[in-house]
Amino acid sequence: MASLIACPHCGPRPKEEFTVRGDAGITRPEPDAGADAWHAYVYLRDNPRGRHREHWHHTSGCRRWLIVERDTVTHAIYSAVDAAATGETA
Amino acid sequence: MSSFRLPSGGRLDRSKPLDFTFDGKPMQGLAGDTVASALLANGRQLVGRSFKYHRPRGILTAGAAEPNALLTIGDGGRTEPNTRATVAELYQGLIAKSQNRWPSIDFDLGAVNSLLAPFLGAGFYYKTFMWPAAFWEKVYEPIIRKAAGLGRATYEADPDSYEKCWAHCDLLVIGSGPAGLAAALTAGRAGARVILADEGFEFGGSLLSETAPIATQTPAELLSRTLAELESLPNVRLLTRTTVFGWYDGNVFGGIERVQKHVGTIDANRPMERLWRFAAKKAILASGAEERPMVFGGNDIPGVMMSGAMRSYLNRQAVAPGRQTVIFTNGASGYRTAADLEARGLDVAAIVDSRADAPKTWDGKARVISGGVVMDAKGGKALSGVTIAQAGTLEVIKADALAMSGGWSPIIHLACHRGARPAWSDAKSAFLAPEIQDGLSIAGSAAGLETLEACLADGAEKARRLVTDLGFANADRAFAAVADRTEPVKPLWFVRGSKGKAFVDYQNDVHVRDLVSAVGEGYGHVELAKRYTTNGMATDQGKLSNMNAIGILAEARKVSPAAVGTTTFRPFYTPLSFGALTGASKGRHFQPVRKSPLHDWAKKNGAIFVETGLWYRSSWFPKAGETTWRESVDREVLNVRKNAGICDVSTLGKIEIFGRDAAEFLNRVYCNAFLKLPVGKARYGLMLREDGVIYDDGTTSRLSENHFFMTTTTAYAAGVMNHLEFCAQALWPGLDVQFASSTDQWAQIAVAGPKSRAILQTIVDEDISDAAFPFLGAREVSLFGGRLSARLFRISFSGELAYELAVPAGYGEAVADAIMDAGAEHGICPYGVEALGVMRIEKGHVTHSEINGTVIPSDLGFAKMVSVTKPDFIGKAMLSREGMLDPDRLSLVGVKPVDPKTTFKTGAHILTEGATPTLQNDQGYVSSSCYSPNLGSTIGLALVRRGPQRYGEQVTVWNDLKNEYTKAVLCSPVFFDPENGKLHG
Ligand SMILES: [Zn+2]
Repeated sequence: MASLIACPHCGPRPKEEFTVRGDAGITRPEPDAGADAWHAYVYLRDNPRGRHREHWHHTSGCRRWLIVERDTVTHAIYSAVDAAATGETA
Repeated sequence: MSSFRLPSGGRLDRSKPLDFTFDGKPMQGLAGDTVASALLANGRQLVGRSFKYHRPRGILTAGAAEPNALLTIGDGGRTEPNTRATVAELYQGLIAKSQNRWPSIDFDLGAVNSLLAPFLGAGFYYKTFMWPAAFWEKVYEPIIRKAAGLGRATYEADPDSYEKCWAHCDLLVIGSGPAGLAAALTAGRAGARVILADEGFEFGGSLLSETAPIATQTPAELLSRTLAELESLPNVRLLTRTTVFGWYDGNVFGGIERVQKHVGTIDANRPMERLWRFAAKKAILASGAEERPMVFGGNDIPGVMMSGAMRSYLNRQAVAPGRQTVIFTNGASGYRTAADLEARGLDVAAIVDSRADAPKTWDGKARVISGGVVMDAKGGKALSGVTIAQAGTLEVIKADALAMSGGWSPIIHLACHRGARPAWSDAKSAFLAPEIQDGLSIAGSAAGLETLEACLADGAEKARRLVTDLGFANADRAFAAVADRTEPVKPLWFVRGSKGKAFVDYQNDVHVRDLVSAVGEGYGHVELAKRYTTNGMATDQGKLSNMNAIGILAEARKVSPAAVGTTTFRPFYTPLSFGALTGASKGRHFQPVRKSPLHDWAKKNGAIFVETGLWYRSSWFPKAGETTWRESVDREVLNVRKNAGICDVSTLGKIEIFGRDAAEFLNRVYCNAFLKLPVGKARYGLMLREDGVIYDDGTTSRLSENHFFMTTTTAYAAGVMNHLEFCAQALWPGLDVQFASSTDQWAQIAVAGPKSRAILQTIVDEDISDAAFPFLGAREVSLFGGRLSARLFRISFSGELAYELAVPAGYGEAVADAIMDAGAEHGICPYGVEALGVMRIEKGHVTHSEINGTVIPSDLGFAKMVSVTKPDFIGKAMLSREGMLDPDRLSLVGVKPVDPKTTFKTGAHILTEGATPTLQNDQGYVSSSCYSPNLGSTIGLALVRRGPQRYGEQVTVWNDLKNEYTKAVLCSPVFFDPENGKLHG
């Protein structure tokens, strides 16, 4: 059923409004970073037990991408911040 | 049979008789009755046949755990099988039917299974029906399914509506017995937002059924005073008939409110049931405790009942259990029932207490047999007597009712829904859940307490602590602290030496010997024993049986119940209707329908619609006399190529893009260059995934320096928007770029064909000659002499001279009408997506049939589009991988049959001529195909190894599904007007 995600813009909202993308701990490599770095970025993902930072999109809400830190075992949500606040700069 | 209703007492409205039928027989009950109490008042104990042995079964409990009294209630589309008579409220005109019997409940042929009992023991499904395998499906399974069954669902549609809603609160209190009421009152007085939910139709829990005074008040007085105060508090919401069935992440609880299950005349404006999601900061589980049956021979004969249930029927609905009752107990509950029976002048033949050292506090009339057991109950469809054993001697006593109490199991299901494991308590002889978890505390008898006073005090104290944590200052307990008074409990898991079958799981007909043999055969682990014997697997999920089964397994394994452990508690606590889970999402409300702003225009022009995702798109526009879709589509294609056509393309995704860095942003998300796209121009763009594979395509136009307008394919509109937002917010938050989806804001109309310019010029105010508005022009225009602003794009999917005109959605139909009027003299016709599909295949234009998640730009002939000068774009790095450069890759090519009278279908595979049709020899596949009225034959686009180098090669198109082989030739994918003369015309 339902759990709630506290969107920093909208407040606690049901998780059905959100879309999960996956690991937020990876950083997009530089264009010339080489095949291994790009392979890792595109294909390799950790599947940790416990705390995990993920990109979640508030698709049916403010449409902001968030970084949600949650526990993959207990499903507890520790934090949710706007991805732009922590993301790479252009 | 005479009435068992006592002349006075009970929480009944004796002025409101209610008529109902049971198996067609008219009966009468009273307002305040459940179906079960009404049946008992009518002297009807036998209400069902058991699952496997078809044994006669009576009403055992007065609540949600009932395993026997499962009835089919209602008729027509409202037929509801497996309804617990102990929970269902009586209403005028209720129709109840017994289940699992044929031809009638009193004479049931299936009872012959009882004679086969030696062959139907534990694991019999596995042992008996091992082989031959074919017999399982054809013979055994149908027979078993027919013989072992519950009620049958109706095939008629459910006529009622259901709804879902959310509620937020500081404290959710689950259960309104003494602990729950005390908790709600304490938190309510402190000012917290409280929701009190109870599965019953009246608040009060055990207070409704008990008689012993609490200090100076009767339980009924205490209840009415407390409820009156709760009702006066505006911050307290009271929900009866609401079962909280599960505890979920984020302290969200699921609840089901039976809004109209108890009424005979349904109000169509209200839901039948309401599914609640309670988002609670804190919650208190005050769900009480379940009394455990005694396990002895014939413990399922109608007339045998749980002690607490008997007390409930007696005190709440003034129903006498029988003329002469025997009590079999190992604790205080049996004595309380005996006292209440005697207080109503009913005869208690004996109190059989399995404890030799039972406290000698009984001062009633009935004889106490200490250290005794009921060895066997006697009777068939009704209890006639019991055999009692004490100190080696047997005694037979006549009785038509037997109350049993084997101790109490706290109802801890919800507290264990999120992974907590129950722990065995020797002191309580019960499994207890952790009393305080994050967000949920357990109070009252659910926490193992016994007396009403202790439960009141515990509920008050637990609530005080929780609301204090939430910041409500000075919260006071509504009831003072008091110590629990407990009697020593000595569990009696089963009676040794019984002659008859001693049932553990009533609903699944599991008896002691089944569990003992499971241990003997190596299935003694609690999870294995459950599957091997089916104990706890019925619709009641073992609410009554699991604890006794664990005790019996423990004894058979010679370990403590702690070592056996419990099976896992999972939602739902009680069965939930599909209707409630579905809510409003059924029929036309299952998913939204998206209609183009030109839907009505298309409809009045005779469109046949096709569902694509949520959209309804116009497929073709048949004219009078046309009998097949192909006739219409061929005509539309030929007319567009000869004169002109108008087509609704509003379903394409449309995204407005703004910002100082919009051009830079587009340059990074498209593989081709966008930075220098001039204002007033449209450009075809290819968007890649980060792995280099094409994600989507479309045109993007620059309307002003910092304003772009992107179109996506219909199917990927939402996905592209999400992707752009991810890139802008997560990858490059430093770029100044913003998006707004405007798919629904614009009606977009394609006008194509050699006469399209002449037609459009009559409504567009600006000069749209080729010189003034060449191919790939994009600009704002005014229409009808300045009456409307619009956007005009000179782009073409058909390969003709063509335009797309975007107008505000509300003007779509009027503008389309105007174009039709203006085009009438030029022979304009509406055309649908089928004709559009034919024309794009004739021109070799790709769609998601080709962009299928495996192709990269060079596969589709777009290698030159991919920028080599841009430092970075999504997909750039991975495009240079070895496999992406493989010359053997499947690449776009045209394919047409050698003999134009022959044909092939999309999905067919390409073989080198003469090659054996094997996957090893597979050269590729047809991705799109159609009949081209311009070429007079089937044509196709295909993805074939080294396709562009093989123009002219004769191949075989292989359709293994139909065993068809078509001789064909590979060619350029552009079948029509390869010089693009028409496009630039
Ligand atoms: Zn939000």
